[in-house]
Amino acid sequence: MEIKKTAVAGTLESSDCMVTIEPSAKGLELDLESAVIRQYGKRIAEVAMETLGRLGVENARVSIVDKGALDCTIKARVECAVMRSAEYEGRIGWGGVIK
Amino acid sequence: MTNPNKYRLRRTMMFLNCQKPGLIKDPYIYKPDSIMLDLEDAVAEREKDAARFSLYHALQEIDYRGVERVVRINGLDTDLWREDVRCAVAGGCDSIRIPKTETADDVRTVEYAIEEAEREFSRPAGSVLIMAALESARGVINAMSICDSSERLFGIALSGGDYSRDLQISISGTGVEFMGARQHMIIAARAAKIQCFDTVWTNLDDMEGFRKEVEVIHSMGFDGKSIINPRQIPVVHEIYTPKEKDIIFAEKVIREIDDKKAKGIGVFTVDGKMIDIAFYDGAKRTIALAKASGIYKGDL
Amino acid sequence: MINAVGRDIPEEILEITGKEPFQGNFYKDDKSIVMRGPTIRPVMNNEKSKLVADIREALVKCDAHDGMTVSFHHHFRDGDLIVNMVMKEIHDMGLKDITICATSLGKAHDPLVPMIEDGTITGIESSGVRGKIGEAISKGKLKGLAVMRSHGGRVRALATGEAHVDIAFIGAPTADDYGNLRGIGGKADCGVLSYAIVDGNHADHCVAITDCLVPYPNFPAHISQTKVDYVCVVDEIGIPSKIATGAAKPTTDQRKLLMAQYCTDVVVNTPWFKDGFSYQTGVGGASIASTQYLAEIMRERNIHMGFGVGGLTKAMCQLLDDGMARVMLDVQDFDLDAVRNLKNVNHHRIPAGVYANPLNKGAVVNKLDYVVLASLEVDVHFNCNVVVGSDGMITGAQGGHPDTAQGAKCAIVICPLLQGRIPAICTDVTTVTTPGESIDVVVTDYGVAVNPARQDILQALKEADCVPLKTIEELRDIAYSIVGEPEKVEFEDRVVGIIEARDGTIIDVVRQSKEIPEPVVYKKKASKRKSNG
Repeated sequence: MEIKKTAVAGTLESSDCMVTIEPSAKGLELDLESAVIRQYGKRIAEVAMETLGRLGVENARVSIVDKGALDCTIKARVECAVMRSAEYEGRIGWGGVIK
Repeated sequence: MTNPNKYRLRRTMMFLNCQKPGLIKDPYIYKPDSIMLDLEDAVAEREKDAARFSLYHALQEIDYRGVERVVRINGLDTDLWREDVRCAVAGGCDSIRIPKTETADDVRTVEYAIEEAEREFSRPAGSVLIMAALESARGVINAMSICDSSERLFGIALSGGDYSRDLQISISGTGVEFMGARQHMIIAARAAKIQCFDTVWTNLDDMEGFRKEVEVIHSMGFDGKSIINPRQIPVVHEIYTPKEKDIIFAEKVIREIDDKKAKGIGVFTVDGKMIDIAFYDGAKRTIALAKASGIYKGDL
Repeated sequence: MINAVGRDIPEEILEITGKEPFQGNFYKDDKSIVMRGPTIRPVMNNEKSKLVADIREALVKCDAHDGMTVSFHHHFRDGDLIVNMVMKEIHDMGLKDITICATSLGKAHDPLVPMIEDGTITGIESSGVRGKIGEAISKGKLKGLAVMRSHGGRVRALATGEAHVDIAFIGAPTADDYGNLRGIGGKADCGVLSYAIVDGNHADHCVAITDCLVPYPNFPAHISQTKVDYVCVVDEIGIPSKIATGAAKPTTDQRKLLMAQYCTDVVVNTPWFKDGFSYQTGVGGASIASTQYLAEIMRERNIHMGFGVGGLTKAMCQLLDDGMARVMLDVQDFDLDAVRNLKNVNHHRIPAGVYANPLNKGAVVNKLDYVVLASLEVDVHFNCNVVVGSDGMITGAQGGHPDTAQGAKCAIVICPLLQGRIPAICTDVTTVTTPGESIDVVVTDYGVAVNPARQDILQALKEADCVPLKTIEELRDIAYSIVGEPEKVEFEDRVVGIIEARDGTIIDVVRQSKEIPEPVVYKKKASKRKSNG
């Protein structure tokens, strides 16, 4: 998917995370801020990168401010931000690109 | 074949906003019978898309430990509900709650979308159940035909907020304004042999009022109540816990009928009184409630 | 050397400190131990005034010098002004290498961090450290070792001479000009001075600081004139609104109420819940709610509490007022209702040593039936950590945790299974601060685990069928299944602090935390294939 504009999904409430995606031409860059970065930083980055990969995002600047979100929330927020920034409004590929 | 979950125990159905990860991550610790993951009113208009992604992954990844997962989709008057159904079915929900149901056709419209989604996402046909929320005077008056609309429909629920607005009244807390709807709906549901659920009680500070209302709807025959806070769960479950004498009676009924049927005898007596086969389902329900309440120690 | 809770205590730390590794809770029971008194300067001249103009004068008269140890109490909690006031003066005098021996340090003392950085403060001994000081210690900014000891452990250390205080500064809500100090009255009313009493007994010099000078004699004194060298009057010693807050509003957090219910169910279904039982609990929402649930059942069954002890709250004092408890023993007051309740004739102040010192001839905690505690982490060996956050930063205090847990017949820890994404029930706690042998029951929102060493409790709870029983490993597995197993937090080699067990042996060490940049940046180059969206 092509990142057309800056988009945000999620909140800074506990157990949530806020994902911001901006267009970029230089591959994927992920900034991660998290109170649990020492224990779960790698895992969060892995989940975010995999999710972006499934969605076919190859160029974007992504920032995640995590407030202790579970993997399922990280995926959901990344997907939502991508869909918004790609201005995608068609049927969603549940079980396909969304997994 | 009837979905075995159609008649499961549903004393409490807790509303949860799909858009709030903190709410949907572990509601099962409070032991509701069902949770209702809401895509509709609780979710802000511009977060409808976000709520779906949260819902899908929550359904896929969170082990709700046997708690029934009902998804409330957006109304049939929106362009959201079809994608809601796809998302919920793909995620693996147990049931879909249709808001603002007014006619039997509404149920069949959603049923058709569910069938399609079951095929698209390779779920067994008939695995997703439906419940219908009646939120208007028209919906309530059509209760009987709605109850008869679909084999998937396990129950109907009164939604008091919208219904009272439609009736042009405000909620008094005495329940007087819901008397007609409640009585009408429970009769329709029983006639169709499906379940019937009462509306939410929103004043969390008035736990006494809540308790009284639950006592009323329990004695009216409702199968359970929609709830908005875990604090309400123990109250409902306590009121729905069968009394010891009822459990003993139910045990006797079940044993008597099982025993006599096996021997090919068609006349049943308990404590010297004649009973008939119609007691059987009620007795089973009493034992199921006693088990769910954690007070049944017998072997039935 | 590996100690009795399986922690490796480096030889060089044992050497520097002259301490032994932890050997189990009752290692020093019934052993012969020598106590040490202070070196004092008697006041015989009846014309000598103890009043000094300011803190500087007190410091000079007490021979303040480089390398000395000064002590403080934490009865003013987050409203404390004394520590910063005295340390500023010490800093202005250019003194170096000061050790602070406090009963606890908190967010109010963040201004000390620059003094740690510039070498004014090189040692910290406390029951724990919250706020920026904890962070500074964890980042290795303190030159010496931080020493964390429980409330009882601190009394023990001062009494045996393991810790030595040159000058104690005692904030006193009321004082007379000859050094009779009371915790009650005045502007900074904190009710009691229990934690400071040992400083009066064992520090060489003792300076009282008050903002409410009253006529002689200020009786009955909580700390006597016989212990006090100087009295200094200042404008303000504490911020009342941050000392004793209004009683905490009953929590409506359903998770806490659920745990409170489980906790009460454990208490009322174990054998010590009978008329005359004793009880201590904390100030958290779940603890207070649990006390209220308990009160209902006490009324129903006509069971009275023999005594309650600890840091007290309205919920506990209410039991006394209602005749449901016979006696309250008070070492600290968490809210104004508890302060006011001291008027009740059965509400008694006790010194920290009477409360919890392990090396006297029997502390009150030994007489406890139940204690309800919290914890940052509990591991599958039931070891608790109440000092170091799961991220490796010092962030809490032992307080009376190890003391009451060891003393009580049934020590219950309430702790939500997950703190955000962090599993509170884990394989190994970051730092052991209370040994698992002291902990009997762990109550979480996902179920209750009983220490297998306590088959009596397990049996009682099984019979009562009152709570969802799980093994501690099951709880950990549930936690990990939800949040994933955490990566091991990395530390530097340098030891920045030691955790003393109650008896002065070393139960664990705290190492310097590893700096990590934030945000962490991950990169992946775009594939060669041209993306068409």
